[in-house]
Amino acid sequence: MHNFDFAKPSTIADAANALAGEGAQALSGGQTLIPTMKQRLAAPGVLVSLTGIAEMQGVCTGDGGLHIGAATSHAVVAKDAHPHYRALAELAGGIGDPAVRSRGTIGGSIANNDPAACYPSAVLASGATVVTNKRRIGSDDYFQGLFTTALEEGEFITSVVFPIPQKAAYVKFNQPASRFALTGVFVAKFANGVRVAVTGAGNDGVFRWKEAEAALSANFSASAISGLTVDPAGMNTDLHGSAAYRANLVKVLTGRAVTAAG
Amino acid sequence: MPKDHGIGASSKRREDIRFLTGRGVYTDDMALHAQAAAVFVRSNVAHGRIGKIDTTKASAMPGVLAIFTGEDFKDVGGNPAGWLINSRDGTPMREPKRPVLAHGKVRHVGDAYAAVIAETVAQAKDAAEQLAEDSVIEELPAIVDMKAAVADASNRVHDEIPDNVCFDWGWIEDNRAAVDAAMKAAPHVVTLNLVNNRLIPNAMEPRASIGEYNPGTGDYKLTTTSQNPHLTRLLVAAFVLGIPENKLTVVAPDVGGGFGSKIYHYGEEALVLAAAKKLGRPVRWTAERSESFLTDAHGRDHVTKIELGCTKDGEILAIRTETLANVGAYLSNFSTATPTFLHGTLMSGPYKVPHVYVNVKTVFTNTAPVDAYRGAGRPEATYSLERVIDQMCRELGLDPFEVRRKNLLTPDQFPYQSPVGLLYDTGNYQATLDKAVQMADVAGFEKRAAESKARGKLRGMGLSTWIEACGIAPSNLVGILGSRVGLFDAATVRVNATGNISVMVGAHSHGQGHETVFAQIVAEKLGIPESSVDIVHGDTSKIPFGMGSYGSRSLAVCGTAMTKAVDKIIAKGKKIAAHMLEAAEGDITFEDGKFSVSGTDKAKTFGEIAFSAYVPHNYPLETLEPGLEETAFYDPANFTYPAGAYICEVEVDEGTGKVEVVAFHCADDFGNVMNPMIVEGQVHGGVGQGIGQALLEFTTYDENGQLLTGSYMDYPMPRAEDVPFYNVDYSCQTPCTHNPLGVKGCGEAGAIGSPPAVVNAVIDALHRGGHTHVKHIDMPVSPSRVWSAING
Ligand SMILES: Cc1cc2nc3c(=O)[nH]c(=O)nc-3n(C[C@H](O)[C@H](O)[C@H](O)COP(=O)(O)OP(=O)(O)OC[C@H]3O[C@@H](n4cnc5c(N)ncnc54)[C@H](O)[C@@H]3O)c2cc1C
Repeated sequence: MHNFDFAKPSTIADAANALAGEGAQALSGGQTLIPTMKQRLAAPGVLVSLTGIAEMQGVCTGDGGLHIGAATSHAVVAKDAHPHYRALAELAGGIGDPAVRSRGTIGGSIANNDPAACYPSAVLASGATVVTNKRRIGSDDYFQGLFTTALEEGEFITSVVFPIPQKAAYVKFNQPASRFALTGVFVAKFANGVRVAVTGAGNDGVFRWKEAEAALSANFSASAISGLTVDPAGMNTDLHGSAAYRANLVKVLTGRAVTAAG
Repeated sequence: MPKDHGIGASSKRREDIRFLTGRGVYTDDMALHAQAAAVFVRSNVAHGRIGKIDTTKASAMPGVLAIFTGEDFKDVGGNPAGWLINSRDGTPMREPKRPVLAHGKVRHVGDAYAAVIAETVAQAKDAAEQLAEDSVIEELPAIVDMKAAVADASNRVHDEIPDNVCFDWGWIEDNRAAVDAAMKAAPHVVTLNLVNNRLIPNAMEPRASIGEYNPGTGDYKLTTTSQNPHLTRLLVAAFVLGIPENKLTVVAPDVGGGFGSKIYHYGEEALVLAAAKKLGRPVRWTAERSESFLTDAHGRDHVTKIELGCTKDGEILAIRTETLANVGAYLSNFSTATPTFLHGTLMSGPYKVPHVYVNVKTVFTNTAPVDAYRGAGRPEATYSLERVIDQMCRELGLDPFEVRRKNLLTPDQFPYQSPVGLLYDTGNYQATLDKAVQMADVAGFEKRAAESKARGKLRGMGLSTWIEACGIAPSNLVGILGSRVGLFDAATVRVNATGNISVMVGAHSHGQGHETVFAQIVAEKLGIPESSVDIVHGDTSKIPFGMGSYGSRSLAVCGTAMTKAVDKIIAKGKKIAAHMLEAAEGDITFEDGKFSVSGTDKAKTFGEIAFSAYVPHNYPLETLEPGLEETAFYDPANFTYPAGAYICEVEVDEGTGKVEVVAFHCADDFGNVMNPMIVEGQVHGGVGQGIGQALLEFTTYDENGQLLTGSYMDYPMPRAEDVPFYNVDYSCQTPCTHNPLGVKGCGEAGAIGSPPAVVNAVIDALHRGGHTHVKHIDMPVSPSRVWSAING
């Protein structure tokens, strides 16, 4: 690790100022950024911790659904979101291990947009809104490919607002080593239709499986998708699974998620 | 009532008090005065010619004290292979020099070609980064695949070795023609092509070494993560640096796991010593986890074709194997023994097979060195054999339990001279098989399979009846086979004046529990409390010359030496007692900690005798030396032959291909058991590693020789949820006939016997589910491979 300066502002405004500085980078739970720095693959001059800002912490219900502060840890979401949005809480409770869950945060996860991360599927399937220090971004506009988002230079996430579906479930199939999602499917049924978001599988990061959404909006049961196929062409191949395998998982896990959602 | 003390008791592991409370002292925990830090500059290409290494900038960086390159070591020795193996045609193996730092060429990613010593690790890293930038390494095409390495003579790992082959070994070469003939005549021949997947050891504690040098005395000290401090001392002193052995102390303090990877001497150990001498300061290096992945000796990596000739009713007539074994870029110390004498000699398993022939070609590649890893050669042999037997059963429609029963050696056939050179002293393989069948409720399997099916899962059952040879090894025998060292062990029992005891042993505990078990044995034999006995290990300045721990040898070999030393203590005690009790030595008996005159109530306690030995006021000084301390060396007469039967049940999820081990039953014969709890723990750990190999772990280098599974993001280690609650039994006991404790090794059994049981269970499940086209799936039997096999 190279040397760096450290700032821990207590307001969003102070954080915005600090992040506007030369070589500054946001630090949330540090579960991605710190290992990258240790490997000397990143060397920010100033780390601006977002975890001391009260407004960015915690889970509460409000306008538009469930509001989760961007610096809220996975462990807190797993516990406090449970009464309101169980599938989301369970997703948070299935990330990494207890140490990762008590440090890693929803904002860090969504900002990083790792193609195998869990949260992006929940955000996209829920049609959530990503709130930043500058604006509100709809989930369909927010995710823009592997490790790429709509966030601009100096912009940071302050909270995420999740509409609460009637039924939902997340089914994750672990990559055997990292236990990130080799493929994970989040299914959310709203009054006006079903959204299905897939993480871990796509060449281009999290995506919506629109054919399944249409079929499930008409008939919310696992059998509704039995005739559908997923094209391996858009899927990722790596050491742990081929594109064809992932295409299979997308379908199998979607069916299981629908069943789990009840 | 189970015993609560001494031999056979499940005494709690005394070492766990310090390990579990954070009081263990590992090499990296030691902060020495004026200690400097070493960081290695490692190749990021698999194969390359080293050009100019310009140290100018790096040397001038803050805190930098010294820089070493391969040039600095070009005149010292190489790190040698421990076994010299001859090829089938009688020519000796090719043994390229393995230098302290790469010189001329780098040969695998991670190969160190320079080292920076600085005040702090951070400064050394900064300078190492600079030095890497200022080094010219001309990349050459990488040799990764063994078949390609052998086929293409134009590209060489070592310029002087034309076909990248270290040796081409036949075992037993003289039997080759007879085996070929038997195979030809066999009514049925089964053939399987198997890959025994390459594993990365992943000991919890990464390797670490501290070098010290005292200019006042010329003494060196190496504190290092070693399984065998004396062997390391011998290699560093006599072979590499040319330091007299008496001028080098090697200390292996608490060591956090080894699994084989810390048997070997590595260049980093020589480097910290040379640097300490140059600077007159202690120099420490601790591997980062990514260095462990790249440079710890890996395990397994065999590609095997096995053929089995049999009758139509499953009697095995002949076995023939052809194996390519990867040794990586350099020969690690045991790398030539592992695929040969630890593998070929086990190829008849626990069966009566008249004809067996094993051929192994070892191949150099631009990958990390490969060497012994828990089980070392025996898992590879067991896997090949148990897989091909299952395949035979499938092809001939035979029951795998019955076929094994038919071919297993029977108790009346011992001692048994195997066709591949081993003399099995004792065993009862039917007993362990019967026990496993009972433990696993084999009769109830169909009902369990139906329940699984109702939950949408395919259930399968797999069997493996295994044997291994451990407790290595008779020195005269291994000498004939090419070993350059002896494999005895040694112990000194020092009775202190107040009757408590320090036992200095050549075995080294890096998690096994010697400090507990060895003390139980001494306490039992001397009739004193276990708490009066301490075990000292891991320091060449304190212990007698022993060969350390690997090959499940600690108890069978070092434990025997210790037992013999205790016997000498008792014998001397009798002499002292005879004097004190004014009786004839022949009338003294020793029991329950008391020396008594037979037929009388005259007696002296062990403590009284010890005291008298050190305060010899009433003592036969004319005929007996004072003091009570004895050393014994023991060279085993034979290997020990633990054996057992393992039954695994799995459930397969057809949708995802995921395999879950739902039950695992082990019926083992370890001879006499000293501490059942520790034996169970060893079996649990071994089977856990076996399940890891069978379902999860793999090592992938890409075509450029880059390690793709170089971190826990991609290298899957087994976790608690990947293993079942084990069902372990060791009640079938045929005590070893040639050591006084009657013990066989238990440390590697689990890792040897389990992988084929798991894979056999998966194939069974798929066949029961109608996927009868699946003949074999290579390990790891990962979800994607299972799914592809089903849908392929
Ligand atoms: C062992 C391990 C296992 C894991 N397993 C899983 C898993 O199963 N599933 C899963 O989804 N994830 C997993 N993770 C990832 C983890 O959940 C974290 O969510 C993730 O590392 C990022 O969150 P963080 O708070 O740690 O972010 P940090 O590491 O602090 O930051 C990550 C990146 O986001 C930026 N950033 C942070 N906060 C903000 C913000 N509010 N606005 C804008 N940019 C910001 C940082 O500058 C940095 O570039 C795992 C991580 C580890 C170490």
